[in-house]
Amino acid sequence: MPEMPQVVRGFGVTFNTIFKKVVTEQYPEDSTKYPPKPRFHGRHQLNRWADGLEKCIGCELCAWACPADAIFVEGAENSETERFSPGERYGRVYQINYVRCIFCGLCIEACPTRALTMTNEFELADNNRADLIYEKKDLLAPMLPGMLAPPHPMVPGTTDTDYYAGKITGAVPEQLIEQELLDEEVSEVTS
Amino acid sequence: MGLEEKLPSGVLLTSVEKVAGYARKGSLWPATFGLACCAIEMMATGGPRYDIARFGMEVFRASPRQADLMIVAGRVSQKMAPVLRQIYDQMPNPKWVLAMGVCASSGGMFNNYAIVQGVDHVVPVDIYLPGCPPRPEMLIDAILKLHDEIQDMKLGVNRRRQIAELEELALASPSTLEMKGLMR
Repeated sequence: MPEMPQVVRGFGVTFNTIFKKVVTEQYPEDSTKYPPKPRFHGRHQLNRWADGLEKCIGCELCAWACPADAIFVEGAENSETERFSPGERYGRVYQINYVRCIFCGLCIEACPTRALTMTNEFELADNNRADLIYEKKDLLAPMLPGMLAPPHPMVPGTTDTDYYAGKITGAVPEQLIEQELLDEEVSEVTS
Repeated sequence: MGLEEKLPSGVLLTSVEKVAGYARKGSLWPATFGLACCAIEMMATGGPRYDIARFGMEVFRASPRQADLMIVAGRVSQKMAPVLRQIYDQMPNPKWVLAMGVCASSGGMFNNYAIVQGVDHVVPVDIYLPGCPPRPEMLIDAILKLHDEIQDMKLGVNRRRQIAELEELALASPSTLEMKGLMR
């Protein structure tokens, strides 16, 4: 059999490619395939305990671990009338600058209460730098059913150690009643 | 007078603006300005797997005179800054700048004397893309957000008025050098 001319054999490659599977990712259209992997490092999230109290204790270890100095934390004391997290302190100001954050995850490793984790959200581009500094309200996890928005007291009869041991399963009605009583006391004192 | 006098004000120009915006966003040619690791992701976006040709952007122009969009991919050193500015000046209007990655957006983790703390010190940036480096999907997302902005761009008198307004706003806001804390 005579050899096919080189030119024609070249077209054979093109012809065969017609029957090959297309490798192109249809990114914005095919949204089911995104994020690519569950372990993907995306936007951060500040988690809550099962009763809605914040896990962040304002220890600033994430800010210390950050190689890009992208995190700013300012802790404050939980008071008797306003409790945001179990234990003594909570993160009053929490900012992550996404124009500096390199998504390395060292802050996640540093967090002692697993308050800070990463989501798979990656569509963060914006047209100005100020909007890319995410505040605490942007980072906090959404309220799930069974949660009660802080500030409110801990579950009656428990301490912060019970929270860290994972013994809290959800908010109880007594917490809401206690907080209402506390609010009334505060308004009486101030008026 | 002509037809435009009889039409309600703005109808003709807004339709032209829409068509022009559609044409501009449909063939946005990027200039190659890869400086570091982000350039690898930018090249991957140009390749077959992510295929930026789906948005009419497959031609990465080596000459700035044929490019509309400058994707600043990577950290800009102090020595590179005047080069970056010159390439931007050589691009014909209308032109856009995409700061890809945290280094181009703000200096990122390189908060030192060698790196420009964000290309917005040198050129006006239209869209900032965080990530170190951003995935090709993140770049495509930023490009699509830029496309939306281009679609809504004004023309002629409206554009000149918009530029004047933006100039006033920019002059009133503190300069990037004066910013403190996280905005630095």
